[in-house]
Amino acid sequence: MPERLDVLKTYKLFIDGKFPRSESGRSIEVKDRKGSVVAHASHASRKDLREAVEAARRAFPGWSGSSALLRGQILYRAAEMMEGKRAELAQALTAGRGSTGSRQAQAEVSLAVDRLVHFAGWADKFSQVLGCHNAVAGPYYNFTFAEPTGVVCVVCPPVPPLLSLISLLAPVLCSGNTAVVIADAADPLSAAVLAEVIATSDFPAGVCNILTGDLDELVPFVATHRDIDGVHAAGLSGDLAKTLRAGVAENIKRTVVHSEVEWDSAACESPWWIEPFLEMKTVWHPASA
Amino acid sequence: MGTNGRHSAPTVDPLATDRSVASARPGGRWDYAPAPETVKVVVKPSYGHYIGGKWSRAGAGAFATINPATEEPLAIVAQGTEKDVDQAVRAAAKALPAWSGLPARERAKFLFRVARRIQERAREFAVLETMDSGKPIKESRDVDVPLAAAHFFYHAGWADKLAYAFPGRTPRPVGVCGQVIPWNFPLLMAAWKLAPALACGNTCVLKPAETTPLTALRLAEVFDECGVPPGVLNVVTGDGRTGAAIVSHPGVDKVAFTGSTEVGKKIAAAVAARGARLSLELGGKSPHIIFEDASLDQAVEGVIAGIYFNQGEVCCAGSRLFVQESILTEVITRLERRLATLRVGDPMDKNTDVGAINSRDQLDRVSHYVSLGREEGATYHEASATSLPTRGFYCRPCFFSNVQPSHTIAREEIFGPVLSVMSFRTPEEAVTRANNSPYGLAAGIWTDKGSKVFDIAGKLKAGVVWCNTYNKFDPASPFGGYKESGFGREGGLQGLRAYVRLDVPTGRTH
Repeated sequence: MPERLDVLKTYKLFIDGKFPRSESGRSIEVKDRKGSVVAHASHASRKDLREAVEAARRAFPGWSGSSALLRGQILYRAAEMMEGKRAELAQALTAGRGSTGSRQAQAEVSLAVDRLVHFAGWADKFSQVLGCHNAVAGPYYNFTFAEPTGVVCVVCPPVPPLLSLISLLAPVLCSGNTAVVIADAADPLSAAVLAEVIATSDFPAGVCNILTGDLDELVPFVATHRDIDGVHAAGLSGDLAKTLRAGVAENIKRTVVHSEVEWDSAACESPWWIEPFLEMKTVWHPASA
Repeated sequence: MGTNGRHSAPTVDPLATDRSVASARPGGRWDYAPAPETVKVVVKPSYGHYIGGKWSRAGAGAFATINPATEEPLAIVAQGTEKDVDQAVRAAAKALPAWSGLPARERAKFLFRVARRIQERAREFAVLETMDSGKPIKESRDVDVPLAAAHFFYHAGWADKLAYAFPGRTPRPVGVCGQVIPWNFPLLMAAWKLAPALACGNTCVLKPAETTPLTALRLAEVFDECGVPPGVLNVVTGDGRTGAAIVSHPGVDKVAFTGSTEVGKKIAAAVAARGARLSLELGGKSPHIIFEDASLDQAVEGVIAGIYFNQGEVCCAGSRLFVQESILTEVITRLERRLATLRVGDPMDKNTDVGAINSRDQLDRVSHYVSLGREEGATYHEASATSLPTRGFYCRPCFFSNVQPSHTIAREEIFGPVLSVMSFRTPEEAVTRANNSPYGLAAGIWTDKGSKVFDIAGKLKAGVVWCNTYNKFDPASPFGGYKESGFGREGGLQGLRAYVRLDVPTGRTH
């Protein structure tokens, strides 16, 4: 018998600012590289997905209507909280199958924090870069600017779990979309820890919801859900990508499925990762007295 | 906007009129003498496809395209088969390396030439467009054709400046573009699709709508005249089957479609199966909001232009009118008066405001919605004194009052001269009801209060928001929708995005 028994963490879902278990009562066995069970995570169901989407929809008017400066500061606050939770995030990465060692885990956390800081800074700048004034041939004041699309589902690959999650999520949130993240069951612990970061970073409830679950089970529901406006995904198998693309046609979701991403590359840090989940609005007004 | 389409500015006021509402005879109309457009256009008895710089012959399955104003056949056009489409895609693929490899400023010069040649042949294009589509000559002459030329001129200039358009990325052509366009603005939609695609170094297979192929075929003649290399533009005519063959052809790298949301969803699913790129400009049920502090004369003109322009066969037609309750009666009275002055009839008459509906099918669809509106209990208003020609596909422009949000005519895209008038009390209610639609293409706002303009413009879920104006188009101004009205933009800087892939410059930047 140990002198003191460890208090083990229950890794839960994060929906509407709260930490519920899956309504399905299921959990995922998280294994290390050798196959030993190191933890249990919640196994999200279709109903959990629906509830997360509802929460994200409710949060959308407030988040998209908040000032770009505020969104940038909240994203930056999340980066601060991540920095403070380095040890736990690194440990979550090391425990799972994806990472090989603590040095690599530390490096992944660093890159993820830096990436979040990068996109925090974009919040009040992307529309300046992507929008413009248009010189139309007539007495009109005409300009084009960017607005967020709505509720975007972020589907993360198992490797690298934390860096890919932040890289897919941050561009979606910084522009004012709200998000439902689905982290792959193969290595879900860092996502579950990240939920605690989100919960303590002044994000309004529902802006960012995090589910851990089976992509094969959930992605088909994501594809055909009528109240999801966009999907930002990476590393899907060919069949799953095909299912997703066929389903999203139903309500014309904006969909990006990255393949072969160099996650540590600066190529992931660009307004062109924000742009797919923006709607360009063009406003005309007569300019004559 | 001058009346001469050749050199006029492209931003236009489609139904601009100096007729005073107050001086219109109640319930009647001014009896203008006929003012027929006299330019004659030669139409060949039959047209084949334009593939790889050569004209084929209209083979098996060829069908007639008719003049909807008279129901008389204009010409026989080819029904594109899978084989025709395959040849066109191959021709486009063959032309791609040379066209995309051309020094950009040379590519630009070809497109400048095309723009100029359209301007030189402007009246011919306008007359032909009106013959094939039924739209008033006033509109084809002053809107469609000058805007089409302007689109080529605008995008020609982009060809050698693309490096400046996408910060931090290097734009490259996408490849072969398959482009399927509708019948409401046949030449203009061809220009919207072709000009940016070609400027960005892509090659194209264009399919005009089966009821309006003639101006696209004539545009192919212009390309030929201008010496554009064979295969850069290919035009394949036919019905939906031809479109389906283009959309599902494995050699097509990018699909661009303008048309109904219903077909758009099918295309999206077909394109998804093979992972090609896609842009969609689909349907709409655009809200038009008049606040009590609006300038009513202008607002009513805007509403009329918004719904009756091109017989209402416009994806961004302002078909849901929301009027603040305090001015509802006044607006309905003014709309009735203004409706009575609209001249419906021979599209080739220069005085005509509302021409022929594009096809028998479309006329039936519009009539169906009009009877549904009556059955569901809305109040029907029409310009009753207007007599319609006995031949041809004509529809009396009309509007409904006492429309409930649940009525079919308030929810579904009619694509005809039918307006639904509803009321609201507060700005919040106006925004909520305006946004309560799966569509999000365009919207209109009328108020004299500047801060309200920007508040409401920011809250409407629509890709184009016209404030104290409506139905303005310009090549420099992006057009396209939110939600199920599609994705991607056409025109302007943002419109280029659909026709390039963005390469990451080599080398790390940090």
